[in-house]
Amino acid sequence: MYCDECKKRPATVHVTKIINGQKSEVNLCEECARAHHKEWSMAYDDNFPINKFLAGLLGFDAGKATGSVSLNLHAPGKCEHCGANYNQISQSGRLGCHQCYDRFQDKVEPLLRRVQGSNRHTGKVPKRSGGSIRLQREIQSLRAKLQQHVNNEEFEQAARLRDQIRELEKGMAE
Amino acid sequence: MRDRFVNQALTKWMEGTGKESEIVISSRVRLARNLCNIPFPNVASKAQAQAIVGQVEAAIKDAEIEETAGDLIFVNLEALEPLDRAVLVDKHLISPQHAEEASGKGLILRADEAVSVLINEEDHLRIQCLFPGLQLEEAWELASRIDDLLESKLDFAFDEKLGYLTACPTNVGTGLRASVMMHLPALVLTNQASRVLASLSQIGMTVRGLYGEGTDATGNLFQISNQVTLGRSEEEIIANLVVVATQLIDHERMARQVLLKETNPQLEDRVCRAYGALTSARIINSQEAMTLLSNVRLGIDLGIIQGVSPRVLNEMLVLTRPAFLQKLAGRELSPFERDVQRASLIRERFSLDG
Ligand SMILES: [Zn+2]
Ligand SMILES: [Zn+2]
Repeated sequence: MYCDECKKRPATVHVTKIINGQKSEVNLCEECARAHHKEWSMAYDDNFPINKFLAGLLGFDAGKATGSVSLNLHAPGKCEHCGANYNQISQSGRLGCHQCYDRFQDKVEPLLRRVQGSNRHTGKVPKRSGGSIRLQREIQSLRAKLQQHVNNEEFEQAARLRDQIRELEKGMAE
Repeated sequence: MRDRFVNQALTKWMEGTGKESEIVISSRVRLARNLCNIPFPNVASKAQAQAIVGQVEAAIKDAEIEETAGDLIFVNLEALEPLDRAVLVDKHLISPQHAEEASGKGLILRADEAVSVLINEEDHLRIQCLFPGLQLEEAWELASRIDDLLESKLDFAFDEKLGYLTACPTNVGTGLRASVMMHLPALVLTNQASRVLASLSQIGMTVRGLYGEGTDATGNLFQISNQVTLGRSEEEIIANLVVVATQLIDHERMARQVLLKETNPQLEDRVCRAYGALTSARIINSQEAMTLLSNVRLGIDLGIIQGVSPRVLNEMLVLTRPAFLQKLAGRELSPFERDVQRASLIRERFSLDG
């Protein structure tokens, strides 16, 4: 499916607009969705109800309100960890706990792409709790290299990498 | 010790020092952080909220943190009177939301007030660094150091893909909101402010008027901050904002030169009338005071008014706020009484310099 706006790039963001009870679907590529977001962000000011705005973006029953926008995704249940259900989250515009990001991933991801223009952190990594993430990243890149050596039938190098990976994995288990 | 933060009006960022301090009033960096395995403050139970306050209080009592970050004082907000909390809001040390419902909330302050850590506001932790003038890099470095120190004792909620997890998706990633408070009277006088500032929202910056209703900036003060917190590194966010602030400083300086050259008598009249009103008024509301103070400050910066400290605007920003006036009076004041008190305080302040 191609983007309704530019008709060039594939549509990755699907928006259901409900205006005066009339439902219409808009399918946008990331770039055009971002441009839409910029339009909206012009309205940001001190008194702008950002929570309500986000709630509108998240809300699956926002159709009751006229002129609201909601993401066209199925309605999930509740977070096992904090007990927050999707209704609460969409009303407050706030997630209940760190695990809500996982639990409501299919709702939060498109929202992040739209509000933040990105869904991947490239900044600071905490030293202690981020330690395993650093190791994971290293193991991933070694595995890719290992595969390369296997493909090239360079088994000696592959064996060396395998040992290296095992060593790192031991470090992670500790 | 605790009372000092409330009773002492002046705080570091009002000193009027730091780079570009004739245009940039203050630089602020805020980092949102949450602890693992405890619901965010909007969902956490009272017991969970108190447990967080306890954990953070214990973490800052660690000697290493005090050594690096300086003297940190823990304040339980429940123990403060509502008026005292309002004073801390006026000093930009805590947010209005944090002051409103004090139950299960805490605050860590450094003695010089450059650092404040809000516990259980929207997120478990909000690390804030507030410096005078344009010092965003410095504020970020200090905030990051305090973040490291707290992280060495506390488990922060962090996701490999999404970064630091926050209650509101608009803060996820770096959790970093950096902002500069700028005094831009010449851009406003030359009718360039709305155009220039509107263009900022197109490059991912948010502009707000300080203490203003809606978008109306009172006293020609504007707060410019980054909108996006995910997909860019902290250094990129800070560098972008520095570039934007520097451009605004250049624009403002050019506009000031234009004003000086072309409309000298009108400008002098505006500035001197403002000075006259501030040193003579017996009743003055907050909005009028801010407008006049902004004009006087411009007059000081352009050399039209001499012998008045440029700090006068920065100080009066806080001193003439309702909570401070009531604190000084030692009782609750009606809006009319506040206007009288405000006028008298301003006259007193100007007579010190004059
Ligand atoms: Zn498109
Ligand atoms: Zn949850």
